[in-house]
This record gives sequence, structure tokens and C-alpha cells, in this order.
Amino acid sequence: MSDAFLSQTITIGTEDGDIEAYAALVQDSDPRGGVVVIHHMPGYDAESKEIVRRFASLGYNAVMPNLYWRDAPGAAPDDAAAAGRAKGGVPDERLVIDVTAGAAYLRSLENSNGKVGSIGYCSGGRQSVLAGIEVDLDAAVDCYGAFVTGVVPEGWPLKIQPLNERVTGLRCPVLGLFGKDDQYPTQEQVAEFEKLLKDAGKEYEFHSYEGAGHAFFAVDRPSFRPEAAKDGWAKVAAFYAKYLGA
Amino acid sequence: MCTYITEKVDASGSGKGAGGWFTLTETSVYFDHPVHAPAEHTLNIDFLNPQEGAGARVAVELTAETARELAAAILRTLDQVPPGLL
Repeated sequence: MSDAFLSQTITIGTEDGDIEAYAALVQDSDPRGGVVVIHHMPGYDAESKEIVRRFASLGYNAVMPNLYWRDAPGAAPDDAAAAGRAKGGVPDERLVIDVTAGAAYLRSLENSNGKVGSIGYCSGGRQSVLAGIEVDLDAAVDCYGAFVTGVVPEGWPLKIQPLNERVTGLRCPVLGLFGKDDQYPTQEQVAEFEKLLKDAGKEYEFHSYEGAGHAFFAVDRPSFRPEAAKDGWAKVAAFYAKYLGA
Repeated sequence: MCTYITEKVDASGSGKGAGGWFTLTETSVYFDHPVHAPAEHTLNIDFLNPQEGAGARVAVELTAETARELAAAILRTLDQVPPGLL
């Protein structure tokens, strides 16, 4: 088995036209799973691309759709993120279309074993759960996504709504990684999410870290918590090995 | 977390972005994750002209303390303008 991978910007076709994406593809023919990476609200940035490459280094083909591509085709990622944000964020329908396209792209690769998971951070955490409900996936990872449960504060221009009971429609196992000091989502909201899954008999695994708040995986931010991030990466690797393995 | 707290103001003036000077038509003020500033959340201001594309943007990411001082300084400055110039 080779550890070589090729990472580059590509174009993927969706049912709503082509969009930009960033891919890291393992360069051998052994069958393997794929991961759709859902970037955080600040966008399709260098740190998110590093996450894509890390999944390839773990042996998965990975792709990250640029969720703001349609808001500003060809613009710098930070400008596109600002444009998308000004419109109230990524509409759920568009997210589903783009993750569906990412999953189809990964399954079309010659060395795909047919299994694909998603992972999302921050706003992408909720979107990963949404994808687990709406897209044909084999595993979904939610890293501190707000508004899976709970209520969007009044007056916010956010176009999305909490998923709440919709999570009982999850079509795949979910791994949730949270910080105990996070306010969005709070531990109460995480418990609410867990209860919905438990009562519905869904397969899930939740971990909440002491001394960590929101965005503890973000290596370029003060919120970075090395111990939580290190253990979190190990949890993600074990979860995907279980559900995306050959 | 992504707060999405946003105030929008119609703008009249000019800004200098990556492509040079351009006419401003609107301003977004929001408190959310920064792209560059070393903080969890910052008070961000985008001076924009969406008709000229997403790149027609002058962006700043300020700590809350800096933003408050700036807002007060803007008002103090305007208050000192001699009569007849506003």
C-alpha cells in the first residue's frame, strides 16, 4: 500500500452545475473509502484544505466542495465567504446537492470501495448531520455543529433552521465531537441531540471534551486544544475505519 | 460559533481594495469568526460594492475593544467638524 496522494483543485458536476472542489486522492489501486469534508463558515480556506490532505494521509480519498462557489465564482475564498455570509449562509438544499455530488465523485473513483462518509466543522457540523439524513452516506461526523437542536436567536439573518426531530431520519451512524465549554452547541443541546438519536434507536457515538470549547480542532485559532484535537482525530480515524473500511 | 449577527448600512463613499479604489454601495457589520485575526470572534466590517463582484471589498477584523474605541472616535471626530462642513 502506497502513502502517496495527489491533492489539487478540481471541478465536480452537481445537478445544479459545476462547482470548484479540493481533492486529495490516494495514488494506489487498493479499494478504500472516501470522505466529503464540509468546511466551516469562514470558508474554503488553507486550513480546511489541510484537513482534506490529512484524510488522504489516513488512507481515504477526500474531497471538499467549495460551498460558496455559486455566491462568487472565481473570487478569493474569503471574499466568497463574505458574499455567502451576507446572503444568510449556505441554503440547506444547496448543501445537499453539493455533498451528493462530492459523494458521487468519490464513489466514481477506480479505487473506491463504495463507502463514503462526511465530516463537518462548526456550521459544517450541522451540515454533516443534514447530509447524513438527506444523502446516501455510510458515516457522518459532526464536529461541534450548532443548531442541530436548539433555537436560532430571533433577528439573526441565518436562513437555516435547527434539525431537531429530523435527526431521527439519519441514514448512517453519527460521531459527535463537542467541547464542554461550547455555548453553540451547549451541553444541553448536545444531550437533546443524543436523546433524539437514542430514542430513535440510531447508531451514534458522542464525546465531549473537558477544557475545550468551540473549534478545538482549529489549529490556527486560540480555541485550539491539542489534547482534545488529538483524541478527536483518533476517534474520527477509528469511526471511519469501522464504517468506511473495505 | 457562527453568530450571523449582522447589521447592513447603505454606504456612500469609496474604498481601496485589492484591485484599487472603487465606489462603495453598502457596508456589512458583523460579529463572527475572523479569517485572519488571532481571536475566536471579531467585529468585522466589509465595505462593499456587490455590483462590482465579491472582490470589491475592504475588510477589517477588529477586537471588540478596538471596534468600540473606533466607533467612539468616529463620532468624536464628526462632533469636532466645524459648522458648515457637514
